[in-house]
Amino acid sequence: MRYLPKSPAERLEMLQEIGVNSIDDLFSVIPAEYRLTRDLDIPRQHGESEIIDWFRTAAAKYTVRHTSFLGAGAYRHYRPVIIDSLVQRGEFLTSYTPYQAEITQGTLQAIFEFQTMIAELTGMDVANASMYDGSTGAAEAVMMAVRVTGRHKAVIARTVHPEYREVLATYTKHQGLPTSSVGYDKETGRIDLAALEAAVTEETSCVLVQSPNFFGIIEDIPAIAAIAHAKGALLVVSIAEAISLGVVRPPVEADIVSMEAQSFGVALSYGGPYVGVIAAKEKYLRQMPGRLVGQTTDTNGYRGFVLTLSTREQHIRREKATSNICTNQALVALMATIFLTIYGKEGIRELAEHNLAKSAYTEKVLCANPGAKALFSGAPRFHEFVLQTDEAPAAWNQRLRGESIVGGIDLSRWYPEMKNATLWCTTEIVPREKIDIAAKILAAVPVEA
Amino acid sequence: MTTTAAIPQTPAGIRTLGKVRPHQTQNEALVFEKSSPGKKAYRLAQLDVPEVDPAALLGDAHRKVSGELPELSEIEIIRHFTRLSTWNYAIDLGMYPLGSCTMKYNPRVNELVARIEGLAEAHPYRPDYLSQGQLDVIDLLQQCLIEITGMDAITLQPAAGAHGEFTGILLVRAWHESQGNPRRKILIPDSAHGTNPATAAHCGYEVQNLKSNALGMVDLEELERVVDEDTAALMLTNPSTIGVFESDIAKIAAILHAKGALLYMDGANMNALVGKARPGDFGVDVMHLNLHKTFSTPHGGGGPGSGPVACKAFLEPFLPIPVLYTNKDGQKGWNYDRPQSVGRVRAFFGNTGMFIRALAYILANGPDGLRQTTEDAVLNANYIRAKLEDVYELPYKTASMHEVVFSDKRQAAKGVRTGDIAKRLIDYGFHPYTVSFPMIVSGALMIEPTESESREELDLFIDAMRAIAQEVEDDPELVKTAPHSTRVSRLDEVTAARKPILRWRPEPK
Repeated sequence: MRYLPKSPAERLEMLQEIGVNSIDDLFSVIPAEYRLTRDLDIPRQHGESEIIDWFRTAAAKYTVRHTSFLGAGAYRHYRPVIIDSLVQRGEFLTSYTPYQAEITQGTLQAIFEFQTMIAELTGMDVANASMYDGSTGAAEAVMMAVRVTGRHKAVIARTVHPEYREVLATYTKHQGLPTSSVGYDKETGRIDLAALEAAVTEETSCVLVQSPNFFGIIEDIPAIAAIAHAKGALLVVSIAEAISLGVVRPPVEADIVSMEAQSFGVALSYGGPYVGVIAAKEKYLRQMPGRLVGQTTDTNGYRGFVLTLSTREQHIRREKATSNICTNQALVALMATIFLTIYGKEGIRELAEHNLAKSAYTEKVLCANPGAKALFSGAPRFHEFVLQTDEAPAAWNQRLRGESIVGGIDLSRWYPEMKNATLWCTTEIVPREKIDIAAKILAAVPVEA
Repeated sequence: MTTTAAIPQTPAGIRTLGKVRPHQTQNEALVFEKSSPGKKAYRLAQLDVPEVDPAALLGDAHRKVSGELPELSEIEIIRHFTRLSTWNYAIDLGMYPLGSCTMKYNPRVNELVARIEGLAEAHPYRPDYLSQGQLDVIDLLQQCLIEITGMDAITLQPAAGAHGEFTGILLVRAWHESQGNPRRKILIPDSAHGTNPATAAHCGYEVQNLKSNALGMVDLEELERVVDEDTAALMLTNPSTIGVFESDIAKIAAILHAKGALLYMDGANMNALVGKARPGDFGVDVMHLNLHKTFSTPHGGGGPGSGPVACKAFLEPFLPIPVLYTNKDGQKGWNYDRPQSVGRVRAFFGNTGMFIRALAYILANGPDGLRQTTEDAVLNANYIRAKLEDVYELPYKTASMHEVVFSDKRQAAKGVRTGDIAKRLIDYGFHPYTVSFPMIVSGALMIEPTESESREELDLFIDAMRAIAQEVEDDPELVKTAPHSTRVSRLDEVTAARKPILRWRPEPK
């Protein structure tokens, strides 16, 4: 086996030095009836070229040439080449959680830079070293608000990503944490402020909204914050499309921000690994979940970085920890750090503006078709919008398939009240030509047979 | 050193330059300190649609002040992160015997196949007809892991080990609820990882600690005494955190099952068992795996991980949604209609990119390779034990599996603790072992070499450990002030926690 650095003779010599006769002696503590005496029934050992062929075959079942208008919490943006050049350096790839600060300053400084960039973008004071993803991050952010306020109820907007809400439900079910849901305004697609005002009480720990929300619409954060804060509740803002922060005002009125940072240079990879992050006002720091890197000095006065405030964490606090999280998404956070360094202060804005332009164009040409209209068109939005068609989405999606285009995602699976409504996302990588084709296909009502 | 003269001092007066370091790569500033306005490392594709006016489109929601992100050119970015990388220790540089973390070789073909465009660019919501290749990967990995663990069903959704624990205990809870009573408490041995009690608490359970016996194993009498109709499960790491196989595992399972309680196995140490024994055969009801430990996906400086949960058939109805299915004509898809499911634990389907890597590792090994891997991991740990047990105290003489845990008892008599020995090991070119864990061992040195170490590397490590033991006798100060060879010396963790500086801030203008 090519990964194993020992010859058969070395193995025998080592057994002798240990003082046993055979390798089975070292496994004799496992009762005989539980020792496996056959080969595992798994595929045989493959050569490297065979492994690559196997995965190429699997990959070829999907032709890359498809153009997709899918978004909904996972976004395809261009990934600059040097991200993969750098994260594949063995010193980053094959290191672990930087427990030994003297020999992991590279990872530690990079995380410190990540924390800074996230704080700058979100308008929060501090950010952690990462969470698993946006969905678990949102759930952890709500539980953080519960700890901060000592209250045990939460109000959740129905325009938060449906799968995030499902994860939240799983997390809160056994925490004695009832949640209530607030719907959206049928005209604007934003959270229904009157309903929110009615839902928030003196027992509410936090209000969780997403912005841009699941329909791509930017919520009125100052108004929502005022309602939450009036009752002493915190405002938690979930951000599923991090690129939006290049052009959208950050939710500075929020107390906690939970963000999915996949858009910052992370491949779609069928849903993961992505990278969540929690950012917050400094006064809530001690209730934050996850790892934090802090700046300090060494015995000679040099600047250095360490994992810090670990008394919040499971390896110290055990059942009283703020979270059970241990391994996070450090390498993916590094991708995001490199991505943000590449685009920088100006580039992230330009990139966001291109997304805005592409989406505006898509809306314009799709809605030029008399059988289609954009819902919630009055409210500001980023690069996603809801399209309602006379024709059922399954029908036109079938036609788009012939052109190797995947259209917007059908919203009825999550919002049964929305008939023939689909969510369209256009990022900077979708060429105009494909947008025009999609518009033409949508308009082409098939001839009845 | 003109290049470094421009680097500002931090407001706190911390020496970023102080003494001139031996090489400029050792002076790399924060990326923000290297920024100057107008530099660029990007060029967007030409916009092929009409420009828009963001302020007009967004109104009050328009961002007027940009975040202070750095502005650098591409070569500077390459150098910045490459220089930072050289400050890291890594498996690729040498032995990384961090006990319980299984720091094995991360094969590069795994990285290549995970980046094949049709897999890496797959949107999670693309229709099933376009996802068959990705679903083939998931299906085959599921089958392999079910066979390796001897369980009946699996979910790959959890994002890491602790997330897997959470999912597994939710299955336990859901099953008990279906029997009419969720029960109240989870038993956890005093040798367990901190994630276990944290998980139990987050699933709404009380944690009851279980004292280990003199061999560091589960005390059967104690177990019998504490298990009752209120016990939901025992969370057991097997082999345990001292690297010992619970040889009474079947009796442990029987005691639990007799009272209707379940046996959860923390699979952190599965690298000791793959191809040699299967938890499903010895009474485990539900367990998690760590693909980043046992199945070679990279640790990446602290993730991403992946924590699949395997279970027996009676727990299958409770698995998180969605669950993969294959219909009669071989087409695969996701089933969301699972009324007894515990719900979702993560958006989409899990850390899919890690599934690709883990499957590539399994294919590279086959059944014979996986068995040899396990044997070599156990061989290496026992070799280290045999070569060091005369100089370091071995608190539990029970046979070791894939890791060996010593105590600093002898060195502590000279005022040198496990943390000091660990720091001195850095000077010898190794990453330290896991320090002061498990807590049942006073001053623990938890050493897990994995199968990836050659005999030569093991001998160098053993020489280093023996040399340090001698230094403790001759010159304990040398060890207590280590490391002496690193870019930074011991860092002030107390001040870091008392006055947290968690981000860089721009100079006030």
